[in-house]
Amino acid sequence: MLKKMTPLLWFLFSAGGTVAALLFPLHVLVTGLLIPLGWIDVPGYDSMVSLVSHPLARAYLFVLISLPLFHGAHRFRYTLYDGLKLKHLHVPIVLICYGSALTGTAAAAFFLWNFS
Amino acid sequence: MADTITVSVSRYRPEQESEPTFQDYDVPFRDDWAVLDAINHIKDNIDGSLSHRWSCRMGVCGSCGMMVNGEPTLTCAAFLSQYAPGPIRIEPLRYFPVIRDLVVDITSFMTKLKKVKPWIIRKEEKALSEGEYRQSPDELDAYKKYSMCINCLLCYSACPVIGLEPNFIGPASIALAQRYNLDSRDEGALERLSILSQDDGMWQCTFVGECSEVCPKDVDPAGAIQRYKLTGAANWFETILPWSSK
Amino acid sequence: MTTESGYTLYHPKWYRHPVSVWWWLSSWGYMKFVLRELTSVPVAIFSLLTLWQVRSLANGSEAYARFETWMSSPLAVVLNVLIFVAVLFHTQTWFLAAPKAMEVRLSGKRVPDILIIVSNYIGWGVVSAVVAWFWLGR
Repeated sequence: MLKKMTPLLWFLFSAGGTVAALLFPLHVLVTGLLIPLGWIDVPGYDSMVSLVSHPLARAYLFVLISLPLFHGAHRFRYTLYDGLKLKHLHVPIVLICYGSALTGTAAAAFFLWNFS
Repeated sequence: MADTITVSVSRYRPEQESEPTFQDYDVPFRDDWAVLDAINHIKDNIDGSLSHRWSCRMGVCGSCGMMVNGEPTLTCAAFLSQYAPGPIRIEPLRYFPVIRDLVVDITSFMTKLKKVKPWIIRKEEKALSEGEYRQSPDELDAYKKYSMCINCLLCYSACPVIGLEPNFIGPASIALAQRYNLDSRDEGALERLSILSQDDGMWQCTFVGECSEVCPKDVDPAGAIQRYKLTGAANWFETILPWSSK
Repeated sequence: MTTESGYTLYHPKWYRHPVSVWWWLSSWGYMKFVLRELTSVPVAIFSLLTLWQVRSLANGSEAYARFETWMSSPLAVVLNVLIFVAVLFHTQTWFLAAPKAMEVRLSGKRVPDILIIVSNYIGWGVVSAVVAWFWLGR
């Protein structure tokens, strides 16, 4: 069944890679470095909540979280197959990689759907 | 400038050894000599027992591919001066079984190439009286790049997936499949797509990109495969949409 | 003759080099490929960090403050610097590779690769600026 889904998994990998390429540099810079190091004004909790509450912002965050997870899962799966010659372990590798991506996606959906 | 350069050649004589060994030869270092000239010099003047393949010596036949200092190279197109002061290490094309010395067996590639049906597939041929198939320069341009392949197999030696998964159809075969898919006279794109969507087909490729780096004819098999993946994904979506006709 | 494309008949004396698990150390091209593929790990980690950020926001100002405090810790800053470098490497290699999947033609002529790459970076800049404005501006 997984073999039938190969084109879809590749497509999710591509979409996730594009999202990560376009948006992650900014997000890592701001959330990971500029805000924690105090180099820009920290948006307060209330302004962040009101920003994220907007349905478009929640949809944006869902895409931002879920697609790169599938990108990472797919790429890491093949890195294990080729880089460490672990293709014989494909059953646990597939379950762990895509399972984690699905779990993260479900969690993102849960938190963002109920956000207020 | 030195008179000679050392060439370290991989020798394998199955009747007397079970593993390849290296043998060093000193060949004249001439400005205009390619690596192939050095190998031919060894065979003609120093050690007639050396076995190797070559033909056109001008980069169009694809026979003389070997590993030179660890990189897949056409030995007729690589010059001794590029590797001075040496030594130059010459080994048979990687990831293929070695029959003897620098000669490898390429049957696996021949089988894979046939699998992708590298010919014009049409449901019905036009009658001769109807004249030739006409093709505009733009239509030719759509596939011309992929038609330049000389089957030298440098791309197979560059591709780590070929080394890890010997059944992978491989860069040249997929590029040649695309050459026909994109040809306006061909009607076999769906047939080839179903063949190349199987386990050993295009989805094994992880876009390392080394195949395009080593290709002496700028075929860009990596690009051909990526375009094919996009086609495959688009086709997949079409087949699952409820309103599709497939 | 129909043979499996990986199997060679009746030739036990042909020498088959074993492919070592360290194949990717044998050339710089291979090493660049593996480093590129390993960016998948920092990308996935940052996705999870963003997920944590959303969860913290949802759970109240104290939870969010704890998130911000952790992100300011030296460990987190070092991690984020590494993630930032990896993400930049991902973006650079992605813009070189992804456009190969589509041949872009304008009025019949193929658009040169460099134009595609440059327009990708311009798009990246525009998208980043727009998001930054919504997030931090106003």
